[in-house]
Amino acid sequence: MDINILRSIVTVVAFAAFIGIVLWAYSDRRKEAFDQAARLPFEEEDEGVGYGERK
Amino acid sequence: MNNTNTYNYTVVRQFALMTVVWGIVGMLVGVLIAAQLRWPGLNFDIPWLSYGRLRPLHTNAVIFAFGGSALFAASYYVVQRTCHVRLFAGRLAAFTFWGWQAVIVLAAVTLPLGITSGKEYAELEWPIDILITVVWVSYAIVFFGTIAKRKTPHIYVANWFFGAYILTIALLHLINSAEVPVTFWKSYSAYAGVQDAMVQWWYGHNAVGFFLTAGFLGMMYYFIPKQAERPVYSYRLSVVHFWALIFTYMWAGPHHLHYTALPDWAQSIGMVFSLILLAPSWGGMINGMMTLSGAWHKLRDDPILKFLIVSLSFYGMSTFEGPMMSIKTVNALSHYTDWTIGHVHSGALGWVGLVTMGSIYYLIPRLWGRKEMYSVPLINMHFWMATIGIVLYIAAMWIAGVMQGLMWRAVSADGTLTYTFVEGVKATSPFYTIRLLGGLLYLSGMFVMAYNVWRTVAGQQAVDAPIPAVAAAHA
Repeated sequence: MDINILRSIVTVVAFAAFIGIVLWAYSDRRKEAFDQAARLPFEEEDEGVGYGERK
Repeated sequence: MNNTNTYNYTVVRQFALMTVVWGIVGMLVGVLIAAQLRWPGLNFDIPWLSYGRLRPLHTNAVIFAFGGSALFAASYYVVQRTCHVRLFAGRLAAFTFWGWQAVIVLAAVTLPLGITSGKEYAELEWPIDILITVVWVSYAIVFFGTIAKRKTPHIYVANWFFGAYILTIALLHLINSAEVPVTFWKSYSAYAGVQDAMVQWWYGHNAVGFFLTAGFLGMMYYFIPKQAERPVYSYRLSVVHFWALIFTYMWAGPHHLHYTALPDWAQSIGMVFSLILLAPSWGGMINGMMTLSGAWHKLRDDPILKFLIVSLSFYGMSTFEGPMMSIKTVNALSHYTDWTIGHVHSGALGWVGLVTMGSIYYLIPRLWGRKEMYSVPLINMHFWMATIGIVLYIAAMWIAGVMQGLMWRAVSADGTLTYTFVEGVKATSPFYTIRLLGGLLYLSGMFVMAYNVWRTVAGQQAVDAPIPAVAAAHA
């Protein structure tokens, strides 16, 4: 097979994969999991607030 | 304190402090070479101080020492706190600190001595390249090991960006640094001719894309939500942002080789992918900025948030300018002029510098058990010194660059060049003075930061935060 056909296939597959990722990211069934992930930085006490001054 | 119940902040503290130290060193060298361009006598006829040797020292110091230390600190901090586990392989993490510092010191010694492989942003010779590889593999083990033993169900988006940066830098370094050692301090590239140039700029542009962009976006996705006290504007957008960057950045390198021996089709691919890059770049910028939506007032009195948000403005500016400069006809004017230097510094001082400073101001008090920095007004002062410095710097370089481009291409009616090269140099010299002033202001801001950091940590006990009891928060 001509290497350029392979190259074209890889390009098309990559593009399709990216479209797939976009559809997946914006699908309703991912909403809850993403909301949960977005809260990860807030799931524990902030050292800056929790400790106060400690000498 | 019991090690197993706390986060490993020791290595974060080490890297955070060295970020400030190397920032001052790297920017000081930058100011010196900016002065040398205006007053060439400032090399004092000492080879070690010549521009050609100090310029790579400046770029290596600000990118890999200042930026690198900041990325180590931020990634080690964020990965622990969003995975709810202590850093994997603590001793290996300590090794990455000392190993990376050794790389920096070796760079600071070898580059002024004139020991270089001659590849931009990859100047260090082969024995140092091997040390970099060992440190970087250790970094990957520590980072991905921590991800693997996480107690949280999800991998927070910041860690995706940090992970991509660590993997890609490993790949870039291994391929671009393939070289044939001749003596202990001299090697030659494994590639030749235009292939060598293409590998070099595939490396060079992806160092920008994955070191200076993906890594610092990881910082952005953690510290902006934390400082704004609200989750990122759209997590979905952050996922698309991530994959769009990954899919496109790899192919933009050829725009560094417009109008060279590189085949025309390869140049065009580089240009097209650079133009596409505008979309994910601005998607990420909008995502970061909109995180503040409904809380814009915080920007008025929180200087840390000012650093973080204005860094995104510069990110947006330079990622608009970059694609524009990659258009071949624009590049015909801008290439080899100081416009390029202005573009790079709008990204480096504006985006990388400001987001790093904001993140370090967030980190330092928390690593030493304090509520906030010693002086918040000094943070504000630093912000304005840095911002005005950047504006002076990039405005001067824009004007100088466009002027140089126009002068170099001007042709008289009889077909001869209108200006000699030295006429362009002469016309540039006042702008070199303005650039120097901008750089001086930016460097002075770093001294203000160093003082503020010193007063915050001096006499203060280092505090390691406890790891929360098994993910109770997942209701």
